[in-house]
Amino acid sequence: MTDPAAAVLATSSTFSWNPVADWQALTAHAFMRDALLAGTIAAVVSAVIGYFVVLRGLVFAADALTHIGFTGASGAVLLGLNPIAGLLALTISSAVGIGALQQRLRGRDVVTGMILVEALGLGVLFLRLSSGYSNQTYALLFGDILALSVQNLVVLAVAGAAALLATAAIFRPLLFASLDEEVAEARGVPVRALAIGFVVVVAIAVVAATQVIGALLAVVLIVAPAATAQRLTHRPLLGIGLAVAIALLVTWTGIALAFWLPYPVSFFITSLGAIAWLAVWVPTSRRLGAPARHAAHAHAAA
Amino acid sequence: MAMTAADRAASTTGRTEAPRQAPARPAIALRDAGVSLGNRWVWRGADASIGEGEFVVVLGPNGAGKTTLLRVLLGLIPLQEGSVDVLGHRPQRGRRQVGYVPQRRALDRDLYVRARDLVSLGVDGTRWGIALPGARRRQQRAMVEEALHAVGASAYADQPVGQLSGGEQQRLLLAQALVTRPRILLLDEPLASLDLRSQAVVSSLVSGIARERGITVVLVAHDVNPLVSVLDRVAYVARGAVTIGRPEEVITSAKLSELYDYPVEVLRDSRGRIVVVGLEDRDSHHD
Repeated sequence: MTDPAAAVLATSSTFSWNPVADWQALTAHAFMRDALLAGTIAAVVSAVIGYFVVLRGLVFAADALTHIGFTGASGAVLLGLNPIAGLLALTISSAVGIGALQQRLRGRDVVTGMILVEALGLGVLFLRLSSGYSNQTYALLFGDILALSVQNLVVLAVAGAAALLATAAIFRPLLFASLDEEVAEARGVPVRALAIGFVVVVAIAVVAATQVIGALLAVVLIVAPAATAQRLTHRPLLGIGLAVAIALLVTWTGIALAFWLPYPVSFFITSLGAIAWLAVWVPTSRRLGAPARHAAHAHAAA
Repeated sequence: MAMTAADRAASTTGRTEAPRQAPARPAIALRDAGVSLGNRWVWRGADASIGEGEFVVVLGPNGAGKTTLLRVLLGLIPLQEGSVDVLGHRPQRGRRQVGYVPQRRALDRDLYVRARDLVSLGVDGTRWGIALPGARRRQQRAMVEEALHAVGASAYADQPVGQLSGGEQQRLLLAQALVTRPRILLLDEPLASLDLRSQAVVSSLVSGIARERGITVVLVAHDVNPLVSVLDRVAYVARGAVTIGRPEEVITSAKLSELYDYPVEVLRDSRGRIVVVGLEDRDSHHD
């Protein structure tokens, strides 16, 4: 699967300090243009939806969805279907389940963890049963953005656009319910339906990110830019814009680095994401500090 | 535990220093109301009429159905028998005339969203889509500023809500409830987990705003002491019943001891103010 890309990469021009020449080299091949396009879609979708994933404390649930996605994709391979179809089908249907159970799953890390691991185990079984394409396994787990088909790009674009539109449509009630579920409910926000709907949107972001950096690493594109942005600004819309900017920077830089250096795209993207988050997290944690916030109950003290 | 009409008329006269006539139309009226969850009655036979502008404190042991009462008034839980009217209508979710602050521990420390945005969602949090710039947005901003100012939260309006103290968060939630200019405020344990000073500040803040705007307040509390000087009447939710009465009728050693099934003593301090002793040890571990 990686052969044509690898061949081109092996003979690709070396990095120059001329940005125009570098840009031309980077976009000279169709697979690189497709990769940049896919990376752009995945970055935008993941960052926007990731903002709410972080706000709602759904990071672990999103991670479970990536692993379920792997199972869906490997199951599709076993049945001779397009992996992205299986990926979408299984993540979205499990998202409905997770969304419906959310209230009861909150704080149930053991349940989520077991589902996550079991999904991965099943995925391994499906891959072995389908006589184990090692390339495909690798692509599913760690991503293979340089070998995306046009068909997958189209699916990615359509699903991504749908997820973004849905998020924009439910933006204010979702923010309300994320900050203050009880008041939102009393005010008439359909909090349960919103919770389920949002996890479905998360499933689409997971699929998009999986296309770029694989099931095991997808969650970094969803979490790192959003968590970084939330530390930098406390305005929701600005925060989402900033998360998108960080995600794009991380993804484009990651793809470019992999073009000139002999290491995988996924490694660069995850590392850059982690670096961006750390670079913001360390100084802001010190500034915000952790003072003793709540005085003991007055009567207990009295 | 039902009250006679005469009792009710007498008890709506309110604070001793400013007696008022019973209002023509009650803000909240429960008639022989009963609620069950599962197959157990939480309370039933509740008869109560709360006048406009009245400040009612709801007391009662844990699990007696105080929060359930608020949820009934919000239209989140239906009655199984009897009827309830809130501002002349059956309770309904999403009414802007009813402000609500639920019981909570602190907000999540990781909520990196401005205090101002939390209050703003009180205005447009139920609308679909993204807020677009325009006249409505400017008007909304003015409403938010006004609510923040009313509760004295303007100074930290741009800080992330998760990083504020319990008292500061309580003011913001109050601002969020006030931003639509409601006629009724339903507050569930707004003083819980606040220190003594914050309790006094929040209770006088609520009563000041309510009095100024003529808002009816139903406030659930486990400790009546910080509220004695601001309340008009006390409602009791205990042993499957709801009782409402003037503080001098209800806040007595005998009555409280009976309701809580625990020795409680009501004392008067040098200025004649009521002090309730004995509930604290039991209720300081209420969560």
